[in-house]
Amino acid sequence: MTRTHRVLGNGYLALVFLFLYVPTASVIVYSFNESQLVTVWTGFSARWYAALTTDPELISAAWTSLEIALATAFSSVVVGTWAGFVLARFRKFRGQTLFTAMINAPLVIPEVIQGISLLLLFVALQQAIGWPARGLFTIWIGHTMLCVSYVAITVQSRLASMDESLHEAAQVLGATPLRVFFDITLPLISQALISGWLLSFTISLDDVLMTAFLSGPDSTLLPMVVFSRVRLGLNPEINALGTLFIVAVTVGVVVNNHLMLKRQRRRDQEMALALRSAP
Amino acid sequence: MTFDATRPQKSPCADLQPDFVQIIDVTKKFGDAPAVDHVSLSIRKKELFALLGSSGCGKSTLLRLMAGLETPDSGRIVVDGQDITRLPPYQRPVNMMFQSYALFPHMTVEANAAYGLKREGVAKAEVRERVAAALDLVQMGKYAQRKPHQLSGGQQQRVALARSLVKRPKLLLLDEPMSALDKKIRQQTQFELGNILYAVGVTCVLVTHDQEEAMTMADRLAVMSDGRILQMGTPNEVYESPTCRFAAEFIGSTNLFKGVAAGDASGLFHCEDLDAPLQVHDPVNARMNGPAQISLRPERITMSLQRAEQEFNWAVGKVEQYAYMGSYTLYYVRLASGRLMAVDMSRMAVRAMERAPDYGDTVYLSWGPDTLVVLAT
Amino acid sequence: MSSVAASRVGSWLPSGRTLVIAAPFAFLLVFFMVPFAAVLKISFADPQMSVPPYTPIAELKDGYLHFTLTLAHYRAVLTDALYVGSYLYSIEVAALTTLICLLVGYPACYLIARSDPSRRNLLIMAVMLPFWTSYLIRVYAWIGLLKNQGLINHFLLWTRLIDQPLKLYHNNCGLLIGMVYNYLPYLMLPLYAHLVKMDVTLLEAARNLGAKPWQAFFTITLPLSRRAIIASSLLVFIPAVGEYVIPEILGGSNSLMIGRVMWDDFFVNTDWPSASAATAAMVVLLLLPMAWFQRLQRRETAPR
Repeated sequence: MTRTHRVLGNGYLALVFLFLYVPTASVIVYSFNESQLVTVWTGFSARWYAALTTDPELISAAWTSLEIALATAFSSVVVGTWAGFVLARFRKFRGQTLFTAMINAPLVIPEVIQGISLLLLFVALQQAIGWPARGLFTIWIGHTMLCVSYVAITVQSRLASMDESLHEAAQVLGATPLRVFFDITLPLISQALISGWLLSFTISLDDVLMTAFLSGPDSTLLPMVVFSRVRLGLNPEINALGTLFIVAVTVGVVVNNHLMLKRQRRRDQEMALALRSAP
Repeated sequence: MTFDATRPQKSPCADLQPDFVQIIDVTKKFGDAPAVDHVSLSIRKKELFALLGSSGCGKSTLLRLMAGLETPDSGRIVVDGQDITRLPPYQRPVNMMFQSYALFPHMTVEANAAYGLKREGVAKAEVRERVAAALDLVQMGKYAQRKPHQLSGGQQQRVALARSLVKRPKLLLLDEPMSALDKKIRQQTQFELGNILYAVGVTCVLVTHDQEEAMTMADRLAVMSDGRILQMGTPNEVYESPTCRFAAEFIGSTNLFKGVAAGDASGLFHCEDLDAPLQVHDPVNARMNGPAQISLRPERITMSLQRAEQEFNWAVGKVEQYAYMGSYTLYYVRLASGRLMAVDMSRMAVRAMERAPDYGDTVYLSWGPDTLVVLAT
Repeated sequence: MSSVAASRVGSWLPSGRTLVIAAPFAFLLVFFMVPFAAVLKISFADPQMSVPPYTPIAELKDGYLHFTLTLAHYRAVLTDALYVGSYLYSIEVAALTTLICLLVGYPACYLIARSDPSRRNLLIMAVMLPFWTSYLIRVYAWIGLLKNQGLINHFLLWTRLIDQPLKLYHNNCGLLIGMVYNYLPYLMLPLYAHLVKMDVTLLEAARNLGAKPWQAFFTITLPLSRRAIIASSLLVFIPAVGEYVIPEILGGSNSLMIGRVMWDDFFVNTDWPSASAATAAMVVLLLLPMAWFQRLQRRETAPR
């Protein structure tokens, strides 16, 4: 690539990154703005962070959201891994096309459709057998349905690229298929599971539509509170909350990435060392 | 570990149970084409048996059938009197060493080797003992705490071997064990591996497409093609007396001639390509009638710059190509009929000639009647 | 695991294989497919002031099962100007979003995929980082940027590029910016994954045969990435059609996307049957693109 090409390319990338980061940067910057009018800077202040701690509606919603997010992450990983395993390991079975479609569809289908349809199901169920009432349980199911596909696809692709002879070797050495799954398969897809867990956690924590459809009178989640306030316009407390989110996630992603890279680099070094030494 | 010259000549262990492993009329189809087509064979106890053939001939499928990773459509597999045909792999007294070694990347060498024993429920102390012994056997004892990615290819292979031997299986299967190694260390490793297996005394079936590997390591071998066994025997038998064209061409190289028997018990075969008829010595084929394929190995041919003094079994032509390989030279001689013959001359034999033949030289080729093999197909 | 090895599970447990497949299958069936049956059922009912707010379809009267189905909602959904208009508008917005994301995202993906391996990881992580932070917060951030007194207008006024603030908030412009901003990482990730795996030696061979860099790009890189382009585009287009939050926050009162119409039907008008009919119609509308996406996914994860 010539020099001008490289300069142009870097310039373009810089613009794209500017586009991606200026909004979040502005949220952070203006969270420290003293003025109530978010975009008019009057001075540095941390008062909005303090305001967060005395906002009971926000805090209780945050706790509920965390609980749901944790529950969703675990359930999505369990169901998603199971589904991904089925997709990867069973070459042909009855209903396979339907199964694959049910995994792929939630990836693209508008959330509005999923929300409405699940809600109507729960309402019909409640009519018929008196359970479940709209609330935390229904939200949990809805969030799980949102996340299962991501986990399933990640697990499936990880399994597909795994050396099949590892499973066969374990079997030949005396492990039943169940043992093979727990001894060999699970440890080797652990990274996919962790990233699936994290993804499900974030999706659940952040979800508006599904939550809106499936929540009941007793269940208020954080995104709902934020959404109703944001509809009315700018709100400096939201800036503070947003900043906390952004910082937490950034730290998490950067640390995770750094650890992964370090591990990969060490592995590569060890492999190169082994190749150089005697056979 | 160096080559152990005290190892006896490769010969079948004649005094041991000849039917230790039996493959009885096994067939396996994938779709319409049979991958394994009515194959039957018996393997002696402690024998190292090789399945030799090119890719797609069914040897790997047969191995997987023995391991239990596939089920045969028909037929039976019996090991030490036990019918294991329908048993899942984790219930068979069979172990397998995979082509990719299949070492568990998240476990140490020691954990890898111990895995099979743990599945059996062996006591911890005994596991530790046996694993240590197995690793010492393959000289990987001091790498016990390493992980597979920290080992070289050859080291990984040894760990894979230790892992499959530590359970003392009745039958050990090896799937192309040398294919992942560099050519240079392959021969050394073949000897080492063979010695270890002999010392342990385990019955082995080895699958390979490399005839050198089969010839070096096996007590007996079977040449496979299209799911069938074409010929079975010791390396010597199969090489010196191939029964069919495939076997003759697959192992080593050969000059094949189409000849028509004189039919008068003289042992003569007339061949279009050659100046003089071929004369075969063995009584059975000498009485043949009609057309036949005759195999002549390149290294059995004598080359000279003077005409040979025999009536049959000679040819004359010009040197068209040669490849100097150091210990031998491979010559390609073009006969008057247009036929190209391969001649393998050892260094000594070339030096014994007046001068080394060069491009375009006229040379005389001759061979004895006992060097010719009449093939079945 | 070959189908025979998989039946090894079967030989261990009489119906082991069936059980293993059935569990997630049942879960998905119950919580994905069955809900659509509920949607269909209610789309044939009538709204009424009750809990739940629709008429029962089947009633047991005098020992007979009476079915009361109405197609009025489907008629409305397919002919009413509000519905039809918002469908068309949604498709328009989604298509525009997809196009802009492609035009902005493809070059970026390409440039990142072509950089040093060490920088690549950092760059793509930087692209993905916003995707992980709260979607709501990020959309909210644009309010502060797009308003008349927002950052963008401040900056433009300050540099004297304009002398009247641009109307960027609560209208189609703000909506589009918000959509592109939100969906850009969704497009870039699969596209990047493909571009990074592409065989560089193909380009080297092309150069060797005399092609200039831009020629190599148009004749080799672009055609080869066609499938990835389509998959990424569908990954953006299909969900964008039903988007609700972004048009609600950044769009104007006239930027009525179908997601908002359905929400209003549900929560404001409590007209569940209409919302259900609209849902069913939207599913049918999106069935083809979804099937297309499914086919591309299948090719991606094709058997070895």
